[in-house]
Amino acid sequence: MSVILSLAFSGIALGAIYFLAASGLSLIYGLMDILNFAHGMFMTLGAYAGWDVASHLPISWGGVWLLVVEIVVSIVGGALAAAITELVLIRPLYGRPLAQVLVTIGLDLAVVALLLGGFGSNSLTLPVPLWTIEASRFGKVILPHADFIAIVAGLIVVVVLEWFLRRTRYGITIRAGVENREMVSALGIDVGRAFTLVFVIGGAMAGLAGLLYSVVFSGDLVSPLQGDSLLIFAFIVVVIGGLGSIRGSAVAGLIVGLVQDFANYYLGTHSGLAEFGNLSVVLLLAVVLEWRPRGLFGRTL
Amino acid sequence: MKSARVGLIVGACATLLAIVLPFIGLHIPWILPGVVDVVNSTGTLDVLALCFVFAGVALGYDVMFGYTGLLSLGVVMHFAAGVYVFDIALTDWHWPVFSALLLTAAVALFLGLVVGAVSLRVSGIAFTMVTLAFAQAFYFLIEDNPHGLTGGDDGLSLLSNRLPAFLSGAVSNTRNLYWVALGFLVVTGVVVWVVTESSTGHVFVAIRDNEQRVEVLGLRPFGFKLAAYTVSSLIASGGGVVYVLLIGTAVPSAVATTTLTLSIVIMVVLGGAASRWGAVAGGILYIYLQQYLVKVAAEPTFASLPAVLRVPLSQPQFLLGALFILFVLFVPGGLAGALLRIRLARARHKTIETTSS
Repeated sequence: MSVILSLAFSGIALGAIYFLAASGLSLIYGLMDILNFAHGMFMTLGAYAGWDVASHLPISWGGVWLLVVEIVVSIVGGALAAAITELVLIRPLYGRPLAQVLVTIGLDLAVVALLLGGFGSNSLTLPVPLWTIEASRFGKVILPHADFIAIVAGLIVVVVLEWFLRRTRYGITIRAGVENREMVSALGIDVGRAFTLVFVIGGAMAGLAGLLYSVVFSGDLVSPLQGDSLLIFAFIVVVIGGLGSIRGSAVAGLIVGLVQDFANYYLGTHSGLAEFGNLSVVLLLAVVLEWRPRGLFGRTL
Repeated sequence: MKSARVGLIVGACATLLAIVLPFIGLHIPWILPGVVDVVNSTGTLDVLALCFVFAGVALGYDVMFGYTGLLSLGVVMHFAAGVYVFDIALTDWHWPVFSALLLTAAVALFLGLVVGAVSLRVSGIAFTMVTLAFAQAFYFLIEDNPHGLTGGDDGLSLLSNRLPAFLSGAVSNTRNLYWVALGFLVVTGVVVWVVTESSTGHVFVAIRDNEQRVEVLGLRPFGFKLAAYTVSSLIASGGGVVYVLLIGTAVPSAVATTTLTLSIVIMVVLGGAASRWGAVAGGILYIYLQQYLVKVAAEPTFASLPAVLRVPLSQPQFLLGALFILFVLFVPGGLAGALLRIRLARARHKTIETTSS
């Protein structure tokens, strides 16, 4: 029982990170019809920004503030990368969705190569406060602190994002645009500004996801390829949840995180099945699409 | 009509030149990708052979992407299937070459039909993502080393004692391997030409332009899309077989990653999608630049450059990614599109001249 609870807990933490990565992708696709390959790069850049700033801080910064600074820097870094991407590369290509997808592919390859050249292919170690490596024991259940951070971050983002999309003017414009972009621009609302905004929001969440993935799941290591491997799972979450749906991303993120975590634990130990956790996610995708081609919460494609 | 004939003549000349190239011992400084500046040096022939393999794979991919409008990101799975099935049959099971080829063809056909049929249940972006997920699953499978067949991350070297003597990896056979790769490209070119000129090929284009219209005309797009997918994946698997003959080893990080899929997309777009020779030119240009830039980065004078320049310039993938972005932004239609625009501009210029005089 205690094993199951521990697994569920880390599965939810993984799901929270998938949600952070996938909801931005889903919003960008919903509003702009762009499959954003640069999202993986936003995640990687967020993690590298956090690493870069944290490794320049004096050693005395060991406590909670270190983590807070890293989180803020990763969010800002991801948002900045996304804003530049949208303004410089996506904007000139409005009305050519395929070209926009292609540009994000080229950008992802180029930036990852640049990071490989600049920092080498070896992973870098992110300095973190000691207590994030520790775990608490509740009865027989051991819960790592890092998982808490991911879950809390996921919850905060869900609440803030829902509030933003439902209660603010810009949020309502974005939701309306996802629903019917032509109608929104016909009503004289500047959709272009909403485009930049979803990129910034998506980039911010991606940067945070990249950093948290390092802290929670890869032992505080940062590597140039981490975003791209996370991106594929984020794509799967988006498709399972339904393109354009935030709620779908949240639910699908949790499902995928839990399935992957449990499959890895129970089947991954058998020889020749080490990657079964990852394979199970792809199987899940195939099953969901056979059953509901538009995903769990999807609108018409 | 006239341009088609010119194209055929240029293509035939290029093929002839490529066939006799290994006999040309010309010394050309700077531009060759091999270490020695001689046209028929081993290094240069190796790179050219690799160019031909990926030009063929890119051309096959163009049937699905350029002609039918299906942005699949699973092409690398079919490529890797060709690499690994052939390699496993020869190396792990010690099969004779002919049986290994038959098995590879059967698996390639099966994978193309099944994965194609499942992925094509969804369309648009969802199709792209599903194919990507399949390719990633395949990567995990290879990496997992099931039953010790694939060698996992370390890869699986091709056991050459089963190969006929004229192909078995040794340096003296570079020429033969080069011709095999060229043969693959030529056969692919003919197949793609026949397919896209056929009535089925015209339905592919019609589906790309307007799928609903095809449906209204009483044709079922699914079968045609599956056909396009299968042709592409068969060609990709064939390219995989030639690749493993050429390189002599199969490593998942080299033959099965998403990065390779994206490179193939880039080749097609660089050259110009749905333009017949565009994908070939793009594939050759991409691999040539990739290998050439590695050679340049290894030059001793290169190390003396300041880090701001040296780091980006030593990463071929960075330069190719940047070049690709510039092409997408400023050269729509790739090389083929650019050539077409130049030709049109010249034709217009001519008509103006004749009408004014």
